Amino acid sequence: MKRLINRKPDRILRFILGALPFILILVIYMVSSNARLAENPNDKLLPSVNSMATAVDKLAFEPSKRNGDYLFWSDTASSLKRLGLGISISALIGLLFGILNGAIPYIRANLSPFITAFSLIPPLAILPILFIIFGLGEVSKVVLIAFGITPFIMRDMQGKVMELPAEQIIKAQTLGASSWLVITRVIVPQVLPRLIDALRLSLGAAWLFLIAAEAIASSDGLGYRIFLVRRYLAMDIILPYVVWITFLSFFIDYLLKTLSERLFPWFHAEAK
Amino acid sequence: MALIEAKNLWKEYGSNVVLEQVNTRVEKGEFITIVGTSGCGKTTFLRMLLGIEQPTRGELLLEGKPFPDEPGDERGIVFQKYSVFPHLSVLKNTMLASEFEQAPIIGKLFGSKRKLAEADAREMLASVGLEHAMDKYPHELSGGMQQRLAIAQALMKKPKILLLDEPFGALDPGIRGDMHKLIQDLWKKTGITIFMITHDLTEGFYLGTRLWVFDKIRLDAQKANAYGACITYDIPVGQIDNTIYEDIDYSLDQSRKVLLD
Repeated sequence: MKRLINRKPDRILRFILGALPFILILVIYMVSSNARLAENPNDKLLPSVNSMATAVDKLAFEPSKRNGDYLFWSDTASSLKRLGLGISISALIGLLFGILNGAIPYIRANLSPFITAFSLIPPLAILPILFIIFGLGEVSKVVLIAFGITPFIMRDMQGKVMELPAEQIIKAQTLGASSWLVITRVIVPQVLPRLIDALRLSLGAAWLFLIAAEAIASSDGLGYRIFLVRRYLAMDIILPYVVWITFLSFFIDYLLKTLSERLFPWFHAEAK
Repeated sequence: MALIEAKNLWKEYGSNVVLEQVNTRVEKGEFITIVGTSGCGKTTFLRMLLGIEQPTRGELLLEGKPFPDEPGDERGIVFQKYSVFPHLSVLKNTMLASEFEQAPIIGKLFGSKRKLAEADAREMLASVGLEHAMDKYPHELSGGMQQRLAIAQALMKKPKILLLDEPFGALDPGIRGDMHKLIQDLWKKTGITIFMITHDLTEGFYLGTRLWVFDKIRLDAQKANAYGACITYDIPVGQIDNTIYEDIDYSLDQSRKVLLD
């Protein structure tokens, strides 16, 4: 008998083992939901799969009575727009300052302590300030996401730049590269895949800030809807929305991963 | 005028003396192999030639002028590892020097200039035996091929001096033999001045024209860093017999024991 640490499941078994927790939680949910509904058909806490399907169907495929929107899709579009904008802005600022900080000692001495301090401000604590400055519209939500994840990306990028082997930077200089060329031809191309990694890691936080902002002041969006229907204890809407948000998150992560593998095959081959 | 001259050169870090009283002259076209125990300043000396360390006392001159205090294109380098750029193909790694020179703003070449740079790079790659691997990435190459690429890349700039920091230390013995032949051929063809650090004494004995041994003359077992190393042997490679070999081997072994135990 081999040691446990040396035994590996084959493909099929791996799939089954991976799927097991999902199936288990589904079964537990359906059993408890049935039990509660058998006792009280009007129970709202654990709605049946059927009633969730009806609720989603209504939101996704019937125009809303108030403005004719298909709420599920318009919520998704608004949320994804905010999330996309927030993440893109963070990526740009994070890359720019991360590289400047990592590559140029004078800028690092000047900005690094400030960024470290700045990154410790809890973003949600300044949400009221954002609302006061930028109003309750789109800007404050996007700014909250950017404010929340940019410091992490900046610091991560700075670290990644400084982790590049000194040998490479020296070698580039012996090939006649100026500071500018070292940055553009040696540093930037090598930290881009690492930027995608950092974005993947900050997706969860970005969603957190998005939903928080939407919950507090918004008139559409996935987070807004969840908090709106909470008043009616509408678990048949909240639960599918949570699953949908999780799926979107997973899908974006998958897209970023695939993009990185396509664009930077050398990076993923090296990491193996 | 000598290409490189060291006059009473010292390097100290606080109270740690790494090098002391190094005096030497190197003429153009010499191929110097450097051996020594770890901690005996051979890498520090190479880093001074590279421009990333400065002497604390004395002078280090390049063609009669003080050494530049940063790396530059008159001195090429091949390290043991990380000498090539993982995000560029073999051909692009080799074209980098031309692109840096001819496109100082965008760093990339287009059209006929690019074709010319590519042709130069191909020629260089052929001379190091990488003509079949032009489009591969470094991670697809063996250790020996990566070092060939690193050498080709460094030579593209036609540096006056080529610095090799244990370039073949991580390679298998058989491949190391091929690399010795390659580097000797390239040296004869280009007439470049080469400094090569090695921890393999036999390697130092038949490669190149001159062997340096960095070692500590004075050794204090209680305080190993109180005294620095200098060049204890400086011998033309053709004239080495077994007695000298054994002498060097013995003295290196002695300081190794004191330094590492």
